[in-house]
Amino acid sequence: MAAFGTAAGRPLTGRGGSPGFRFTLYALLSVVVMYLDQRQHYLEQVRYVLQATAYPVQLAVNSPSAAWRWLRDSLQTREALRAENSRLRTTQRDLELRAMRYEALARENSELRGLREALPPIADRWLAAEIVNIQLSSLRQRLLIDRGAANGVFRGQAVLDDKGLIGQTTHVGPWSAEVILITDPEHAVPVRIERTGLRTIAVGAGDTSSLALPYLPGNADIKNGDLLVTSGLGGVFPEGYPVARVTEVHRDAVQPLAQVRAAPLSHVSTDGEVMLVWFRMGRQPTPAGDGDAVGELGSGNAAMQPQTTPPRPRPAPQATPVPQPTPPAAPEPHPTPTQQTTHAPRKVPAAAPAAARDTPAAARDTPGAASDAAAAGPADSASAPDATPPATAASAPEPRQP
Amino acid sequence: MNVDSRGRMLLTAFVALTLTVLPLPPWLDVLRPAFLVLTVLYWSVNAPRTGGIALGFFAGLMLDVFQGPVLGEHALALSLITYIAVREHQRIRSKPAIQQALFVFVALVFYEVVLFMIDGWTGHPVTSPLRWVHTLTGALIWPPAAAILAYGAGRLA
Repeated sequence: MAAFGTAAGRPLTGRGGSPGFRFTLYALLSVVVMYLDQRQHYLEQVRYVLQATAYPVQLAVNSPSAAWRWLRDSLQTREALRAENSRLRTTQRDLELRAMRYEALARENSELRGLREALPPIADRWLAAEIVNIQLSSLRQRLLIDRGAANGVFRGQAVLDDKGLIGQTTHVGPWSAEVILITDPEHAVPVRIERTGLRTIAVGAGDTSSLALPYLPGNADIKNGDLLVTSGLGGVFPEGYPVARVTEVHRDAVQPLAQVRAAPLSHVSTDGEVMLVWFRMGRQPTPAGDGDAVGELGSGNAAMQPQTTPPRPRPAPQATPVPQPTPPAAPEPHPTPTQQTTHAPRKVPAAAPAAARDTPAAARDTPGAASDAAAAGPADSASAPDATPPATAASAPEPRQP
Repeated sequence: MNVDSRGRMLLTAFVALTLTVLPLPPWLDVLRPAFLVLTVLYWSVNAPRTGGIALGFFAGLMLDVFQGPVLGEHALALSLITYIAVREHQRIRSKPAIQQALFVFVALVFYEVVLFMIDGWTGHPVTSPLRWVHTLTGALIWPPAAAILAYGAGRLA
């Protein structure tokens, strides 16, 4: 290979000093930039500008596949379009019927609970975004979408598709945004097992078809086919959206924790479009760290709950319970199922704290761990009256008049 | 001539950047060599005064924008290996392509080690062994890649 275009005899020391000097200069610059970006977050503006300049390149890179999609769409036959149209019409009718029923059920549910203000947030605004670039390596699973700050996208916004949760935005540029997928090895999403209400954390496994649930105890009530939905803890993802389905549960008598895998319901690799969601309750993105799931990880070992209570109809997870003093004078050891549903939700497992206290790991989390409704701080204060008579197994729940 | 070769350099760097961010299926993505790093190495060895460490730094910064968890990470790693390449350019340039590939392998391992350490310090540890695969494919692709770059450089000159 021929040397190209240099007079090899000339010394390298040119305008900028010797290579060693220049290297030191640039290395120092890199370290300063890293420090500012990592610790101080001064460089969001710089990133914003750089992302804007990088966007044309990413668009150009995406143009072949975009052209292919366009070509395929425009070459569809009339019959295919007709068939698709009728199929979509059927689906829409079904969905409208279901939505009607859903509205009624939601209203009824909130009335039954008497907790109108504690309803989970409802999607207020949707914005479809096209996937511009997609990285699905085992180290990094990111999307680039063609919506940015100009469309009101903010950092830490939930991204969904029609089947389930996809991820959240990490870096937002003027016209584009980067989305970290729930399957990225750096991402963790707080979930709830829909069947039992057990809360845990699903961590990305670096593979688009699997999530790991590493924090479930060996005796956790979980089995193949269980649906995982977002638990709403951490404040990034709204509550109740489907995330994944459990595919593999491995219990080892030696290991204290069960090894559980789940398959995400969203299908990113075949999607062309995703949905950005705004919620009515005005949840702000967590101010935490670098946006990479710090907020969710903060909700900690909610997963480390002992399964002391049997599966039961799920009480409202977002409930902000009003501490109702329970009179110990009215003992009623076994609340009937009707009371369970009509009563304020977090009264139900009143028996649990005493039992849960046996396990040292749960000691700190006892008030929260024992009840599904322990979404936030108020649970701690509210559980005090419950725990006052520890001798009686179940302090009587006060039946509310329907 | 200086302006001219700088233009060529930027053009090849741009093409390499495009190849780096091109979406690929996951199994192929693991094998994808770091095209931009190879291009920067080529120019550092063959035109150390035109490109040099500045080219490495800014190419690294672009990589950071596209795929870095922290700005400055790839910039530092690329500055380091361009520095080594610029210092040793005469020794490397005189070797046949196979031996150059060995040097490239070592340089890519350095590069990845720096990235690995910074990933660890900044709290994005990715310990999968797959992240090292590209050092090998990069070394393997070096002889043809260098030949293409040399051909392009001669052709455009």
